[in-house]
Amino acid sequence: MLTSTFYTQLAEICPGNRCLTRAVDLLPYESDALTAFRATPGAVVLPETEAEVIALVRLCHQAGVPFVARGSGTSLSGGSLPIQDGVVIALNRLNAILKIDPEQRTAVVQPGVINLNISKAVAKHNLYYAPDPSSQSICTIGGNVAFNSGGAHCLKYGMTSNHVLAMRVVLPDGEVVEMGSESVEGMGVGPDLIGMFIGSEGLFGIALEITVRLLPIPEQYRTVLAAYDSLESAGNAVAAVVASGLLPGAMEIMDKLALKAAETAVQAGYPAGAVALLIVELEGEAEQVEHEFAQLIDVIKASGAYEIQVAETAAQRAKIWKGRKGAFSSVGRLSPDYVVQDGVVPRSQLGKALAEIERLSADYGLAVANVFHAGDGNLHPLILYDGRQPGALEHAEAFAGEILKLCIALGGTITGEHGVGMEKRAYMPLLFSETDMDAMYAIRLAVDTKLVANPGKKLPSDEAPALKLHGMHPLEQAGIISRE
Amino acid sequence: MSKSPTTAAEVAKIVNAATHVTAVGGRSKWTFPAADTVTEIDLSQLSGIVAYAPDEYTFTAKANTPLVEIINTLAARQQYLPFDPLLANAGATLGGTVACNTSGSGRLRYGGVRDFILGVRFVDGNGNVLRGGGNVVKNASGFDLPKFMVGSLGRYGIMTEITMKVFPKPAAFGTLVLQFESVAAALQASFALANQPFELDAFDFRHTNGSTTAWIRLGGLPNTLQPRLTRLQTWLQTHTSVQTIDTLLEDAAHWQGINALAFAADSPNVVKIPLPPRKLLHLDEDPAIDLAHYYCAGNVALVTTTDITALGSALTRLGLNGLLLRGTATNPQLGTRHWLPFAQRIKTALDPHQKFLEI
Repeated sequence: MLTSTFYTQLAEICPGNRCLTRAVDLLPYESDALTAFRATPGAVVLPETEAEVIALVRLCHQAGVPFVARGSGTSLSGGSLPIQDGVVIALNRLNAILKIDPEQRTAVVQPGVINLNISKAVAKHNLYYAPDPSSQSICTIGGNVAFNSGGAHCLKYGMTSNHVLAMRVVLPDGEVVEMGSESVEGMGVGPDLIGMFIGSEGLFGIALEITVRLLPIPEQYRTVLAAYDSLESAGNAVAAVVASGLLPGAMEIMDKLALKAAETAVQAGYPAGAVALLIVELEGEAEQVEHEFAQLIDVIKASGAYEIQVAETAAQRAKIWKGRKGAFSSVGRLSPDYVVQDGVVPRSQLGKALAEIERLSADYGLAVANVFHAGDGNLHPLILYDGRQPGALEHAEAFAGEILKLCIALGGTITGEHGVGMEKRAYMPLLFSETDMDAMYAIRLAVDTKLVANPGKKLPSDEAPALKLHGMHPLEQAGIISRE
Repeated sequence: MSKSPTTAAEVAKIVNAATHVTAVGGRSKWTFPAADTVTEIDLSQLSGIVAYAPDEYTFTAKANTPLVEIINTLAARQQYLPFDPLLANAGATLGGTVACNTSGSGRLRYGGVRDFILGVRFVDGNGNVLRGGGNVVKNASGFDLPKFMVGSLGRYGIMTEITMKVFPKPAAFGTLVLQFESVAAALQASFALANQPFELDAFDFRHTNGSTTAWIRLGGLPNTLQPRLTRLQTWLQTHTSVQTIDTLLEDAAHWQGINALAFAADSPNVVKIPLPPRKLLHLDEDPAIDLAHYYCAGNVALVTTTDITALGSALTRLGLNGLLLRGTATNPQLGTRHWLPFAQRIKTALDPHQKFLEI
């Protein structure tokens, strides 16, 4: 429990209604987008300046109180879940875009800036920010940095880490460090600390200011939908596209159940009756894209697609992506609860992985909707369950665990872009040797001697920062939000 | 004392036994005077491609594999290293490329070494063989040690094996050769191009003999290349102060020359400087610089100097840093390094007994 002295000190840094301590005010922060877990923080603070964030981190370090930074709370791995009785530092008010330099193609932003708002702010310069996680209309750059968020366009353009050039961060003991530069070469000299910090899930501290690189908006997009009567055929089509030497910006697959959910929610106009739908997007200079498009259509035709649609307008393209990016939340219409997995397999193993997931689905008696970044081999099976049934969550988690083991066995990894967070930390030792794990613990301890920065996430430990929740999100229970 | 291990386990054994160690690869970059107390680990036996999966866009190779071997293997399957590592024909190795972070002109299109490294195996200062990252193109598990190794200069661990992502290689390339009045004019052209949809594979420029020459490279499908070059040429004539433009279709030798630092052949010292383009003109006018070749649309400079100390001071004054690629120095890192406090903590964990060089 936090002491009254500590509460007083917190309120001195964030006075008035920027220091939340009443149960009713803490309720919205008890969970993130992994609703299966919840924990009650001791306090939630809403700093408005960088100096306040630094002061808060120093205070927590001094008092030995664990803290977690939080943006929009969209983590799918429980990364921004509070530490029981710890402090949540909510960064949403540090939401300024500080500088846009169209000629250098850089923008300097605060951590609470919403991902999509960068692209909106620079669109007038014909530029955009490439990483596009499905939650991009609400997730923040600070969260993207903490989890090295990806999106649909990673194969060609990379993840958050590949688009950050410089950062100012506060380490877990309050020391402030600058790294990188406004050159696309970023760090240039010295170990790539930017790469090391990004994806550290809050264990190395909090990003205070982030310099991102921007790209010119592609002149031409060609977005193709191809409908297949089996997941395997769609998977083979991906392999054929890659083998043809094309480098599409995105290659996504949705299965029947995911399509049903997306179609119900968004009416994206996807081909009816498809068992698997492949979305391939080419983009670039018009002349080049048109020739690549002809090549792509030949490959797709030869791959056994029974229907091919091509987006003819920007509006049609937007609709296709709206359906795809809304697929997770749409699945909420089909089931009271779901857990989403994020394993990666070598692209050539996609067919095998999907067949095995189907078999496991039958074994466990739990339906699975598959939505995935096929070009990256990044699976997103959504396991549907009813949290109101006793033991249902544990049953679904056991199934999810089998999928993670499957990904490792096929030469892949347990997370492509959602991070380890709460839910996958127990599987880290299956992926890394004891020596590797020890080295990660040693690095963490060297950076955070008091282990106050988001403890209990990413690395397995004995700490139990959260209670499991059966059923609805606290806000759903309270009637404040609904999934419809 | 020099030792030539053949496995990661042997590297670990040497690290465990020695007081201080330093690893040597292809010797294509700077040299430094080694103290007698330092055991030199010659990595030449740790060479060869371990796995190559063209359909996955990935390969794994031992750290000391020469770049040339990798480039040729990939080319046979129409793939390439888009970050265009420097000094490929001079014997540079994959491990040295990662340790020194030496991307070349081609970095402009898809990014640098850090954007393509997926996995790494290395021996830390505790003599442990560690692994970071993985073999798949996307991975968010564990700390990103593969990226951390980029630019690490052997000061945190000795890499023994590296996994990288590759891309399909454009079937055809072509280059526009442009003349500008000055470096400032070439930079202005680069700023003008910044928000245009042209997909440039490289944009380099250099001021010699009273005028500035720039080279812009496009890659893509053969039947689209000529119309794309023509369109770009027309745009440049309309929107920039370019004086003349020529087209170079057989351009491989030209870019290999830049990769080999041919323009600096007579200079004892060559320094690579990551450069915010806004600072380019400030750097360019510094008297410590003899010749400057800018690449990646003015985001990186390769400069020659006869006075490394003066250049280091200039970089510090401008808030920049640089790495000595060719020359002799005990520490090849020049200029400001604000990030040291964070790096020092990780150094404490990975090399607590200071077996490797100081950071």
